[in-house]
Amino acid sequence: MRFMLLFSRQGKLRLQKWYTSISDKEKRKITRELVQIVLARKPKTSSFVDWRDLKIVYKRYASLFFCCGIEQEDNELLTLEVVHRYVELLDKYFGNVCELDIIFNFEKAYFILDEFLMGGEIQETSKVSVAKAIEDSHLDLLVSETMEEYMNKPTF
Amino acid sequence: GDKALDGYSKKKYVCKLLFIFLLGHDIDFGHMEAVNLLSSNKYTEKQIGYLFISVLVNSNSELIRLINNAIKNDLASRNPTFMGLALHCIANVGSREMAEAFAADIPKILVAGDTMDSVKQSAALCLLRLYRTSPDLVPMGEWTSRVVHLLNDQHLGVVTAATSLITTLAQKNPDEFKTSVSLAVSRLSRIVTSASTDLQDYTYYFVPAPWLSVKLLRLLQCYPPPEEPAVRGRLTECLETILNKAQEPPKSKKVQHSNAKNAVLFEAISLIIHHDSEPNLLVRACNQLGQFLQHRETNLRYLALESMCTLASSEFSHEAVKTHIETVINALKTERDVSVRQRAVDLLYGMCDRSNAQQIVAEMLNYLETADYSIREEIVLKVAILAEKYAVDYTWYVDTILNLIRIAGDYVSEEVWYRVIQIVINRDDVQGYAAKTVFEALQAPACHENLVKVGGYILGEFGNLIAGDPRSSPLIQFNLLHSKFHLCSVPTRALLLSTYIKFVNLFPEIKGTIQDVLRSDSQLKNSDVELQQRAVEYLRLSSIASTDILATVLEEMPPFPERESSILAKLKRKKGPGTLPDLEDTKKEKHVDVNGGTEPVTAVNASNVSTPSPSADLLGLGVAPSQNSAHPPSSGGSLLVDVFSDVVPSVAPLAPSAEENFERHMSGHCPLLECCCASPDLPSTEVVTEEPPAVPVHDADELIDKFICKNNGVLFENQLLQIGLKSEFRQNLGRMYVFYGNKTSTQFLSFAPNVICPDGLQSELNIQAKPVDPVIEGGAQVQQVVNIECVSEFVEAPVLNIQFRYGGALQNISVKLPITLNKFFQPTEMLSQDFFQRWKQLSSPQQEVQNIFKARHPMDPEVTKAKIIGFGVALLEGVDPNPENFVGAGIIHTKTIQVGCLLRLEPNTQAQMYRLTLRTSREVVSQRLCKLLSEQF
Repeated sequence: MRFMLLFSRQGKLRLQKWYTSISDKEKRKITRELVQIVLARKPKTSSFVDWRDLKIVYKRYASLFFCCGIEQEDNELLTLEVVHRYVELLDKYFGNVCELDIIFNFEKAYFILDEFLMGGEIQETSKVSVAKAIEDSHLDLLVSETMEEYMNKPTF
Repeated sequence: GDKALDGYSKKKYVCKLLFIFLLGHDIDFGHMEAVNLLSSNKYTEKQIGYLFISVLVNSNSELIRLINNAIKNDLASRNPTFMGLALHCIANVGSREMAEAFAADIPKILVAGDTMDSVKQSAALCLLRLYRTSPDLVPMGEWTSRVVHLLNDQHLGVVTAATSLITTLAQKNPDEFKTSVSLAVSRLSRIVTSASTDLQDYTYYFVPAPWLSVKLLRLLQCYPPPEEPAVRGRLTECLETILNKAQEPPKSKKVQHSNAKNAVLFEAISLIIHHDSEPNLLVRACNQLGQFLQHRETNLRYLALESMCTLASSEFSHEAVKTHIETVINALKTERDVSVRQRAVDLLYGMCDRSNAQQIVAEMLNYLETADYSIREEIVLKVAILAEKYAVDYTWYVDTILNLIRIAGDYVSEEVWYRVIQIVINRDDVQGYAAKTVFEALQAPACHENLVKVGGYILGEFGNLIAGDPRSSPLIQFNLLHSKFHLCSVPTRALLLSTYIKFVNLFPEIKGTIQDVLRSDSQLKNSDVELQQRAVEYLRLSSIASTDILATVLEEMPPFPERESSILAKLKRKKGPGTLPDLEDTKKEKHVDVNGGTEPVTAVNASNVSTPSPSADLLGLGVAPSQNSAHPPSSGGSLLVDVFSDVVPSVAPLAPSAEENFERHMSGHCPLLECCCASPDLPSTEVVTEEPPAVPVHDADELIDKFICKNNGVLFENQLLQIGLKSEFRQNLGRMYVFYGNKTSTQFLSFAPNVICPDGLQSELNIQAKPVDPVIEGGAQVQQVVNIECVSEFVEAPVLNIQFRYGGALQNISVKLPITLNKFFQPTEMLSQDFFQRWKQLSSPQQEVQNIFKARHPMDPEVTKAKIIGFGVALLEGVDPNPENFVGAGIIHTKTIQVGCLLRLEPNTQAQMYRLTLRTSREVVSQRLCKLLSEQF
């Protein structure tokens, strides 16, 4: 997988993960282009779009589009399931995840993705193992506070 | 404050910075604190530190050593969580520097016996990432065999990660990883035969370990079918099991179940196609895909079409694929999703052979009328290729291409219509039919310009074949074509003019009519030089040359040499991996065709000239002079000499680099040449627009900037000419030596360089350019001396305009001469005290000009010093209290006044900015100097 983008139905980017080095300018260009392409797709169409030399695999969950860029020889259907597994993991962690969870806990969304994918390849497919890794690492976070809470504290 | 922050606050602030950065603002402090967090023992602090580092720190940062150290510590810590964080950071950054620092350590962690499973997984994928960025830094070694054995690991997560790594490594080093084949087969076999509950949470919606299965199947696609019969048998069994499972009723209604199951199935089919050795499996795969073609899931239909397309190229399954033709055609008509339709087009193209070509081409043409704009060009190319490849009857081919132009003229690229002309010219059995068909097609009140091009060309060559029919008499043909003339673009009009002159030869009876047209003001005085030149020359040719000469010059085109279709090449490029159609490519394409077009000329000459050497290639003209000598001084002959003499020199061989460009020029400027060759690349006239005779001044300021701090160098260079400069200045006087180098092997004639001062500059600068010889031999260099006197301060730069004739074409180049105000500087040394005294004296707002700007080059103090000295002022050491700053002083000398000048340059390396301050007694001078110098850093 070359990259994964999450954006809302309004086209707002919520999360981006790039697995190859691309300049920021190029990233912005790609994002803009893909948001446009994906949002313009009609319902009931396939989840796959040819784009440049890549294949775009996307799926909508509630108000969020998950959009992955994969190589020609990568497996499209399984990419859909990668997305699904990621959603399941988010769901398990946040409990009925919604767009706001990802906005306000962006760093956790990234950490969970990191536990699951690395360098664009699946690291761990077992939901239990990933969830355990996340739980373990968050032990001391859970006893202290959430990101959201301490972002809201006054600085002095 | 002074108080050191505790870990918690540090984390908090770093996190806030990160948040601010993610909102899109620049962060330029806090890096150090983030690095400190890396060495914390608290997980969350370390985690935020790593997140900050991987998002914000770029590789050339000075902190990189500290960061690498922290990572090293964590890797050595034996704490799996910390090791995991460190590995993630390396993979997330994934830069070459990271690879340099850690590529050697990670394999050790990966194969060490006591490494935790989760760390092994991270290590495998981290190594994979580094290998992708810098394969040269990941050395193969004894660890490779141990990595292969990870395929046998108990932990399925480890196996999954290891398989990804091995697949990528095996693609580049197949021999090193050969042993992985049998291990992968046995692992795969254990998975596919396991019950759905055996693998616990590696079972995904009742499908056992789909990710691992797919990865193993991908790994096997790096190798040919296994040679060992036992392994091979086992693999075949696996693949059969997977195909069998597809027929079983689903264990769940969830889409995840079917997706995961079919993902494995499609990957298995890919492997079967890759091996291409088991006819039985191939046909089963094809049948399975056939079922999917009518599945209600759009995704499955899409993938089935895609997969079947590769299946079509296998000899074992080609026939099986063909049985689905009706379904695919139906998909083309009824699918609502353009990406699915696109796949259907691909598949139709893939399954096309002689038996079904007519049907498929007809369907594709049908579809073209409603096709999405984004895929039209590709369909056009495909139709053109199929029509040519499987044409039994060339009349069908001609009809098809004309239909293409009618339906989707805008998407018919040059390659396509060049090709139809090449084929018609090469096959005399179709010429009469082609002439008749284009004539009929042109009757339509509105027809596409491409049709006019093809029609014009073909009638010009073969109009005589249908002239016997009173309904298509010469005059009617001519009037028909000419009725389109005014609606066409310049290249097409140029082509039509060539057709007209060909008509003069084919049909002497309408010569008068054609001459009238050529003689009309709209032709002879056309504002487009190309058209004008063609009209003038064709008119003269038609009125002066004898019928013999006309017949020879305007002879029918000889056959084109057979070669790979340029359309096919274009399609390949279009489909090739990683091709975003880029300009460079399209340009090259044009060259190819320009070349292709000129080739047949050799053939023309072959009949007339005894030595068809490659250099003779443009010789359409070489013929003329010799013929001329055979018919001495008839007035017609002498004109021909005139017309040709311009051209003749260009026949000499050229340096390869200049050649392409040259040919473009030639074809653009010498219509006569083309009328002899009448190659299908006539519209190359468009080249002319790239370099119109009134050349704008070559992107002047950039050229000048190069010379602000130096006096010698290359001022300008193109395919033909190089201009070098050497100059010296003393007080208000200067002398410039301009060197003109002829890069070609052909003479430049009427070579006339002129220095022009724009209005106003004339009174400020006195410039006197010595005359030069009007001829520059091929490969020779000529020097021109230019004397300069600066009368008063000035801003504009003089322009050097060069005109010459090269191969009959008038070239016109304009470049700004880098004579700038700072050239008349005399450096002035002074002490700190004097400097500041003068600095204060020049403190009124008009005298000071300041500019703050971003550094465009690396901020190297030595380079900066050299530039300031090159600018002409004295660099004063020890004047500015801040040693980072640069201070300079000098006097501008002009004939009328002298202007003292002080400057100060303050670099800010952190922000990569400069502040430049100039103080002189004259506002104009301050401004000009400040602008000139600002461009340099």
